[in-house]
Amino acid sequence: MSSTTAEREVSYLEAISQALDEEMAHDERVFLMGEDIGMYGGAFKITEGFLKKYGEWRVLDTPLSESGFVGAAIGAAIMGLRPVVEMQFADFISCAFDQITEVAAKNHYRWGAAVPMVIRAPFGGGVHGGPFHSECPEGWFFHSPGLKLVAPSTPYDAKGLLKAAIRDPNPVIYFEHKFLYRRIKSSLPKEDFVVPLGKADVKRVGNDISVITYGAMVHLALEAAQTLANEGIDLEVVDLRTLMPLDKEAIYSSVRKTSKAILLHEDNKTGGIGAEIAALVAEDCFDCLDGPIIRIAPPDTPVPFSTPLEESFLPKTSDIVTAARKLAAY
Amino acid sequence: MDVAVVAKEIKRDDLRQMYYYLRLTRALEDRITALYRQGRIVGGVYTSHGMEAIAVGYASALERDDIIAPFHRDMGAFLIRGFTTGEILAQYLGKRTGPTKGKDGNVHMGDLKRGVFGFVSHLADNLPLAAGAALAFKIRGESRVVFGGTGDGGTSRGDFHEAMNFAAVRKLPVVFFCNNNQYAYSTPLRLQMAIPNVVDRAKAYGMPGEIVDGNDVAAVYLAAKRAIVRARAGDGPTFLEFKTMRMHGHSEHDPAKYVPRELLEEWKKKDPILKAELLLKELGYGDEVSFQEVTERVKREVEAGVEFAEQSPLPEGPEVLEGVFATEANSHPL
Repeated sequence: MSSTTAEREVSYLEAISQALDEEMAHDERVFLMGEDIGMYGGAFKITEGFLKKYGEWRVLDTPLSESGFVGAAIGAAIMGLRPVVEMQFADFISCAFDQITEVAAKNHYRWGAAVPMVIRAPFGGGVHGGPFHSECPEGWFFHSPGLKLVAPSTPYDAKGLLKAAIRDPNPVIYFEHKFLYRRIKSSLPKEDFVVPLGKADVKRVGNDISVITYGAMVHLALEAAQTLANEGIDLEVVDLRTLMPLDKEAIYSSVRKTSKAILLHEDNKTGGIGAEIAALVAEDCFDCLDGPIIRIAPPDTPVPFSTPLEESFLPKTSDIVTAARKLAAY
Repeated sequence: MDVAVVAKEIKRDDLRQMYYYLRLTRALEDRITALYRQGRIVGGVYTSHGMEAIAVGYASALERDDIIAPFHRDMGAFLIRGFTTGEILAQYLGKRTGPTKGKDGNVHMGDLKRGVFGFVSHLADNLPLAAGAALAFKIRGESRVVFGGTGDGGTSRGDFHEAMNFAAVRKLPVVFFCNNNQYAYSTPLRLQMAIPNVVDRAKAYGMPGEIVDGNDVAAVYLAAKRAIVRARAGDGPTFLEFKTMRMHGHSEHDPAKYVPRELLEEWKKKDPILKAELLLKELGYGDEVSFQEVTERVKREVEAGVEFAEQSPLPEGPEVLEGVFATEANSHPL
C-alpha cells in the first residue's frame, strides 16, 4: 500500500462506508437496498446518514425478503442501475441462494445481459454470533460460475475492492469480515483509488513457507509469522483478496519460491477454497513442492456459540505455528 | 367480450394484428411440436397451445420500451417483440443464430434490445426481477412499465410473494400476471392452493386484482391496458389472473393422461383462435377469405424460419467458455 497523503486512521468499517458514499456521490446509478439500512443506518451502522443524504429512492429499506430484494437488484442492474444490496449477516444469503446462483450468475452467459451488482455480506466468527450470525458461506458461491467473490482484510483493500466491485459489470459478492470492522485501522489515500478484482497481495514477504489465506485469517497468519521469525522460519503471507477469479499466478509464484504451502481459512475444511487451491498447487506446482500441502480450517460443524466451543472451532495462531514447524522440518 | 366494447376500445387494425399473432404463434409452435416428434429437437418443448391469447394480448397492450419478464408459455410476446421465426427455431435447434447462441434452449430466450428478459426455469424467479426493473424506472422517473408473469404453480413460491409484497410497498410500475392453466405439470389447482381463485392472493398485498378470460385476446388486451394505465399513473402494481387451460402436456413428451378428457373437450370449444375469428366476423373486421390469407402468410413465415434454422451453423464446442463473465456493461439504450 502506498499512501501519499497522511490521513487520520480509518477503520475497516469506515472504509466500507466511505467507498459506498464516494461511489454514490460520483455515480447516480449506484443505489442501496437492504434491511434496516435507511432509517436505522444498518445493523453495523455502515450506512448511517445515507438516507438523509441520498433519499429514500437511493437508500431503500426493504421488507424482510433476501430473495426478493436480490432479485429486484438483478432486474434493476439489467436495466442499467448499479445496486449494492446488504445482507444483514452473510448467513442470511442462503435465502437468496437461488436468485444469486441461478439468475444473477447465469444471466450473462445465457442471454448476454450483464448484471452489475454487489451483494455485501458481513461474514465470519469470533464475535459470539452462533450458528446463524457467524458463517463463512463463500464456498457455496465459489462453485457457481458467473460470480465474482472478494474478501478484504485491510481498510485499504476494503475500500478499493468495494469501489472496484461496484464498477464491475458482473455480480460480485463482497465478504466483509465482522471481526475486523472496528479492530483494524489504517490511513488511506485522499484521492480516489481502486484495488483491482482478481489480484492477490503479498502481505508479508518471506522465503520459507507460503501461507495462502484471506479475510480475518490474514491477521492471524501475520501474527504467527512474527512468532516464527524468532525461530528463523520466514513465512510469506499471500492475501488472496479476490476469491473468484482466483489469482493463480500469485499463488504459484509464491509456492514456487518457498516450495511449501499452508492454506488457511475460516470456512470449514471439507470442500473449502483451501481444497481447491491444494488441488491447483498439486496439479501445477508438484515439482517444486518440498513437503505436504497443509490445510488449516475449522472442523465440519456449524459455528458454535459458547466461547470455549467457538475458540476451539476457529483456527488459532498456534495452529499455524505448529504446522509451519512441521513443514520447516522437510 | 362484448362486441360493442371491443368496437369502441380496440382499433380494427390492432385486433387484426393480434389475430395474426395468434395464428403465427399457433403455426410456429405446431411446427416446433412436429419437429420434436421427428426427433429434430433435442430438448423439451413447452407450448402455449390454447393459451396464445394471453401473451398476444398483453404484449400488444405494451409500448415498445416497456419490459416483459415472461412466463414459459408466452411465445406470442417474443414474436410481437420482433424475434423472428428463424431465430426462435434456431434457438430450439441449438444453433448459433438463436438468441442465446446455443447456450440455452427452447423458450429460454431474452434480448434487452427488444425488452424481453430471459425466462428462468425456476418459476416465479422472474417476478422479483420484474419488480426490480420497475424500481429502476421509478428511481429514474421514467414512464415505463414492466409485465411479469408466472403460472398457477409459480404463485405458490416465495419469490412470487416477495416480489408482489415489495412492489406493492413501493408502488412500483409493474403488472404481475398469472397464466392459470389449471395444472402445474401434473398437479391440479386443488393441490396447489386452498383458495378458489389465484387472484385472491392479491388482497394480501393490498394490490388490486382482476380475473380475465385468458382465451379472449380482446379481454386480455383491455385488462392489460387498464393495469398499464394504473402503473404509469404511479398507482402501483396490479395482479391479473388469466383463466385458461393447458391443452397439451406440460411438455410435448407428456401425454397428460391425468387431465380429464371432458375438461379438454370443454375448453376446446373456447379456443382463443376460434374466439378471435368469431369476434372479427361479428365486427366485420374479417372473414374466411382474410383468415385464409393469414393461414398462408404464417405458413410461409414458419417455413422460412425452419429453412433459416436448419441452414444455420451449430456453435463450436470451445464456445462453451464464452460469456461466463461480462467484460462491459450493457451498452444499448436502457
